[in-house]
Amino acid sequence: MNWLITENTGSCCALKDIPENSYAAFYDDLTTRLNDPRYHVAQYFALPDNNRLRFFCLLLDDATGQVLIASHALEYYDETALPSLTALHPALHAFERDIAERYGVQFDGMPWPKPLRFPFDRYDRGSTMDNYPFYSMKGGSLHEVNVGPIHAGIIEPGAFRFICNGERVLHLEIALGYQHRGIEHLVTATDNRLRQICLAEAIAGDSTIAHATAFAEAIEKLTGHERPAELERERTIALELERMAMQIADTGALSMDIGYQLGQVACEALRTMTINTTQAWCGNRFGKGVVRPHGTNHPLSPEKARMIRENVREIARRYDEVRHDLKSSPSLLARFEACGVVPREEMQRIGGVGQAARASGLVRDIRATHPWASFAKCLHHESIVKRQGDVMARLMIRSREVLQSAGYVDRLLELYEQKYGDGPTPCPTPDYTTPLAPSSLSFGLVEGWRGETCHVIITDTGGRIAAARIKDPSLHNWLALALAVRGEGISDFPICNKSFNLSYCGHDL
Amino acid sequence: MSAFNTLLLFIVALAIPGVINRTRARLAGRRGIRFAQHLYDLRLHMRKGAVYSTTTTALFRTAPSVYLGAALVSALMIPVGNLPPLLAFDGDVVCMAYVLALGRFALILAAWDTGSSFEGMGASREALYGALVEPALLLAAGTLALTTGCTSFARIFDPATLHDSQYIIVLLLTAYVLLKIVITESGRIPVDDPRTHLELTMIHEVMCLDYCGVDLAMIQLAGWIKTALFALLAADATATAFCLRWWVAAPLAVLLTGLSVGIVESTRARNKLSRNTTFILTITALAALAFFTGYLLQLNIPLA
Repeated sequence: MNWLITENTGSCCALKDIPENSYAAFYDDLTTRLNDPRYHVAQYFALPDNNRLRFFCLLLDDATGQVLIASHALEYYDETALPSLTALHPALHAFERDIAERYGVQFDGMPWPKPLRFPFDRYDRGSTMDNYPFYSMKGGSLHEVNVGPIHAGIIEPGAFRFICNGERVLHLEIALGYQHRGIEHLVTATDNRLRQICLAEAIAGDSTIAHATAFAEAIEKLTGHERPAELERERTIALELERMAMQIADTGALSMDIGYQLGQVACEALRTMTINTTQAWCGNRFGKGVVRPHGTNHPLSPEKARMIRENVREIARRYDEVRHDLKSSPSLLARFEACGVVPREEMQRIGGVGQAARASGLVRDIRATHPWASFAKCLHHESIVKRQGDVMARLMIRSREVLQSAGYVDRLLELYEQKYGDGPTPCPTPDYTTPLAPSSLSFGLVEGWRGETCHVIITDTGGRIAAARIKDPSLHNWLALALAVRGEGISDFPICNKSFNLSYCGHDL
Repeated sequence: MSAFNTLLLFIVALAIPGVINRTRARLAGRRGIRFAQHLYDLRLHMRKGAVYSTTTTALFRTAPSVYLGAALVSALMIPVGNLPPLLAFDGDVVCMAYVLALGRFALILAAWDTGSSFEGMGASREALYGALVEPALLLAAGTLALTTGCTSFARIFDPATLHDSQYIIVLLLTAYVLLKIVITESGRIPVDDPRTHLELTMIHEVMCLDYCGVDLAMIQLAGWIKTALFALLAADATATAFCLRWWVAAPLAVLLTGLSVGIVESTRARNKLSRNTTFILTITALAALAFFTGYLLQLNIPLA
């Protein structure tokens, strides 16, 4: 079994260099490796390649920081069912369901053969949202509660089906796909690179910077041009500001859901301050327009850098007070502690990523294990990890990451100041025209606030984008939410849900 | 005088939500919505038509009227300070509790009638907490009856009735119990959260999800009247301790309830749903304490 070994900071790889293995060898090797928690799969997808279907797998090795790429293929008329990897490693369920849904590939022994997001060109057009095969149980003392797909408040659509015994949840199934817009297809439908990056920014509004950075990284690997350190620094500042804003917003949302007004209003004010800082920088509260391939339209001036530094310091100071207040309120602790627990083993089995995994003691953090850009050069990230895996642990990870990110922003801006003083920073303008390497695969791997964000781009022989495969961390973590509420009271579902705060559109694409 | 009593009762009922909102807003550092915003909202609901699900029956349509009617009838038995209430008869302390229970029963039936799983859950929660709070309410009413020897609110809070000063502590404790019953009965934090949009966590609100327009207005109005009724009882009991006059009892009811609910809602989180049972049983325990203290005082055992 051969793998192509590269790194997150490496360049793109030609499709012909990616070793092609038999499925049996691939299956054996992957199932053995995945028994070791140091490995997890970042992407596994299929792509039509002339008369066959070629499957690519990106495997991350957290111990060495390597990215391993391998492939296997299936002939057009070959209808043999492949032994399912999900049966042994549930972490792969989303990938296999996606492949089966798009191309009708049969996976033998797949324990959860259900549609994932209903793309328009799916293999079985008869499978629609209206006939989603919900799991059901029979019993005189059981009842089903259906929530959604239209929800109260301002959240996105998604159907939740609870099976309860009185107030206690026995099982939760989450059916998504209502937000499917066909982003992966739209990216390949245009050659306009500005439009493509704008699409990447729109994958999930709350992870604008993370997705745009991942996409820009993948594009820049394909052009092969070096990018200046100033640009990387600027992107990292934007990414960490986004992280701060969202973690603060979720602290407030958690307070709101338990009716704790003081925490809610304090966090709402701080979150506004954070996103307004981004707006003062680039004219947009979510940072749209900051990340562009090979350059930026919003280079930091010394005044702006000073403004960001001052604001971030003030936010960190005030947020720290809120954090102490939250930690020392008995009525909050009574709600958050020992609620919605996902143990480490389960988190690892289902392939949890990002802050939710770290709250369960599973260290999945691209910033630490596969550092890129500024994280590889001037910042040495140490992940914040909790072991309890409950709502409180997820909240504490959030609150400590806010302070950590504030530290990083301050540090990077200090480096700026030392280097350029009062002069302007030399950031190039965006470049949308450089041709991409033909017949290549490149990936962008970024730790957004929610977790590992992975974009894979494959070019055709003419250097056009032939396919994009996008993964938002929510893809893995929705299952963690379903596990978290098992055995909990149904009235605690909202706080479990908020403690993960997963993206519907990031999952549905 | 009875008419004035009823008028005052309505003023108290309409003022309490405004005071709660204002207190919450001030504590959150906001100016807050205008004081009478809830009345404008009520008017808005009144002007709207109603939409009924085709699966519902007459139960669903009559429930708001029964609920409001029950709240009104029981409110008419409540005196404001020294004023005489419209309805007064021996045993109205018990009658009031069960007229209110009738209203709750109608609303629970209506919630079941919709066939919605949300409303079914809300109804079962409401039934549980309603049943749990009943002993506390009856013990509190019993304490008031015990200390004065009358079983009508009008006679209990009549200045002509002899109020022995040794019962002051018992009356204050009963007032505190009644104030906690206000929080439970009107569905405020920490028992329920009237502001939440999360159906899965609601108790009272989720039963009214299918109502709109006039029906919703009736349910809201009934809720305010219920709050005012318990608030006035608490204020009366407090006022008996020093000065039983309507101009003390009415403002006291508004401020005591408005401020305490507002402050509690701003500074603490809601209970986990399963902890509500403990919370309500604690109220019952306090009510029992008040009752037995009153009983011991009544026995008048000479201290050697």
